Amino acid sequence: MNMLKQRETLLACSIIVLVCLVGLRSPVFVSAASLSNLLTDSTLLTMLALTQMLVIVTRGVDLSVASNLALSGMMAALLASRHPALPLVTVVLAATAIGLVLGLVNGWLIGYLELPPIVVTLGTMSVYRGLVFVLSGGAWVSSHQMPQDFIAFPLTRFLGITHLVWIAAVAVLAAWFIARHSRFGRDLYAVGNAPSCARYVGIPMARRLLWTYGLSGAMAGLCGFLWVARYAVAYTEIAYGFEFTVIAACVIGGISIAGGTGSVTGAVLGALFLAVIGNALPVVQVSPFWQSALTGLVILAAVLINARDAKHAGRQILPLHLLQRGAA
Amino acid sequence: MNSSTANMTSTHSSRYTILDRPGFRPYALLGKWETLLALLFVAAFLVNGILVPNFLDPYNLADGTFNFSEKALIALPMALLIICREIDISVSGILALCSVALGLANTHGVPPALLLPVALAAGTACGLLNGVLVTRFALPSIVVTIGTVSLFRGLASVVLGDKAFTGYPQLMADWGQGYFFDVIPREFVVLLAFAALFAVVLHATRWGRRIYAIGNNPVAARFAGIEVDRYRLVLFMLTGAMAGLAAYLLTGRIGSTRPNIAMGWELEVITMVILGGVSIAGGAGTIGGVLLAVLTLGTVTYGLSLANVPGIYMTIVIGLLLLVTIAVPRLLRGRKVAK
Repeated sequence: MNMLKQRETLLACSIIVLVCLVGLRSPVFVSAASLSNLLTDSTLLTMLALTQMLVIVTRGVDLSVASNLALSGMMAALLASRHPALPLVTVVLAATAIGLVLGLVNGWLIGYLELPPIVVTLGTMSVYRGLVFVLSGGAWVSSHQMPQDFIAFPLTRFLGITHLVWIAAVAVLAAWFIARHSRFGRDLYAVGNAPSCARYVGIPMARRLLWTYGLSGAMAGLCGFLWVARYAVAYTEIAYGFEFTVIAACVIGGISIAGGTGSVTGAVLGALFLAVIGNALPVVQVSPFWQSALTGLVILAAVLINARDAKHAGRQILPLHLLQRGAA
Repeated sequence: MNSSTANMTSTHSSRYTILDRPGFRPYALLGKWETLLALLFVAAFLVNGILVPNFLDPYNLADGTFNFSEKALIALPMALLIICREIDISVSGILALCSVALGLANTHGVPPALLLPVALAAGTACGLLNGVLVTRFALPSIVVTIGTVSLFRGLASVVLGDKAFTGYPQLMADWGQGYFFDVIPREFVVLLAFAALFAVVLHATRWGRRIYAIGNNPVAARFAGIEVDRYRLVLFMLTGAMAGLAAYLLTGRIGSTRPNIAMGWELEVITMVILGGVSIAGGAGTIGGVLLAVLTLGTVTYGLSLANVPGIYMTIVIGLLLLVTIAVPRLLRGRKVAK
């Protein structure tokens, strides 16, 4: 039985148990409305965790996602408020494109100049955050300045489910396809597992890294638009410190910071777990001040559990029976 | 053939030559990172001195040091940690928790003279937790400290709620915002004293050499008989203690403990260290470089604030400095980039 699979099942079970426990305490938490609310709340974190996962798999880290999100979100809000006649699709595409460009800057520095990801994204994080202020002049863009359809989009329901959830579902499917069934995704695992071997077998590492960070940036851009539209306000401090929440979701989902392991399911479950904790605290009347401390404890517990089966970090790609037949 | 080889190497007793340190070459000094930083520092100082009125006013200059002294105090042990291939993201969380511990101790009538030990003890305890998790459970420090930063800051906010601690004794204010001889800020003197101490330990003692050895190759260091994990543990505790000291000074300077105290400092501290030429891959860097980076950043910040440029422009400047400083040597080296 695959250990990694067990861990993901474990995480899924603990989420269900957690939801049930909170539900026992206050039944309103397990009502359909509340659960659908929970799902909607978890979407942005889930989407960002997906692309962060791809980055972490390559032994990198993208600390600039939250700043990228703030910058793309602010630009989308400014664009929509200055040109209200612009169709919504253009605004969304613009936000995604801006995020993509910001991510490609990271990717170029990391892939082609071979600079350490943590330093590069630390630097661009400051730069992007500062640019939010420069562009907006420090002013807020509030709900009455934005067009109505811009604000309404994320929470509009299609077939009874909010657009946010639909978009997140598409993102999950796309990430799953990339990670499991595309050459691009498999190359990322190779890069993370053994960078020098990956180079020897001819994986174009620089190009792969460029587009991995580009993907992370594009997702941050899309989430920037969704964030601003959902909360109907854009300001400099948007999503401040959110990069650590995203990384935390990945760590809880069993994605090793040492690279080479991690699954889409893990990232999604990690994000869901954090969202459940966040939404359950007010329901069981624990002071929201506890949220950060609990998140920290959960992260530490998760890394301890991950470390316990670190022996099994390598993911068996070839079916085991083929190897045995070969050996015999 | 044999005799000529023997003659050539006659000054050395073995086939392999391992110099204790490379010979002194003046022109090599120019290529050193510290020299570049020093030039950058002088340039920033001169440009500010010419362009910004009142920049060279000694009282202003002295006041300008308050902005970076506490962060720089944390940057010193952080440099040691990063040289050792570890990192501590949780410093701002430790600082917040120490400040809360100070507030609790103060409201429960602990005498002012005992408050500094309280802060140091709280910081060391936090560092101990980080260190134990990293060494005993063999976890990557970046993940552990991302977890503990939430934990520490969370615990601080649980105690603090939406209140704030105020009413700190005069002694703390004296150290946080006081001056020696009415002109030299005490915080700055504390920083210089600790920088000297750290420089001696890192560059002139066996402990320092061992830290470099661990950073260069932890496994080889272990085989060479260095207690790698004990060094790591002590360095985490040291970082915690210095964050406690910074908490004491910062709390004394602003006279209160608020929930958002020192928010985001970890990244500024790490930026100082990396800008100072400490390699994130471990094994390289000097305290002198870190101090120069601190002074350069301080000069730029202070000049911009005198020129009424909003503080947030500083984050752009710091980020660009960081990117340019690591990208330029890479571009200058001119090695063909791998596709």
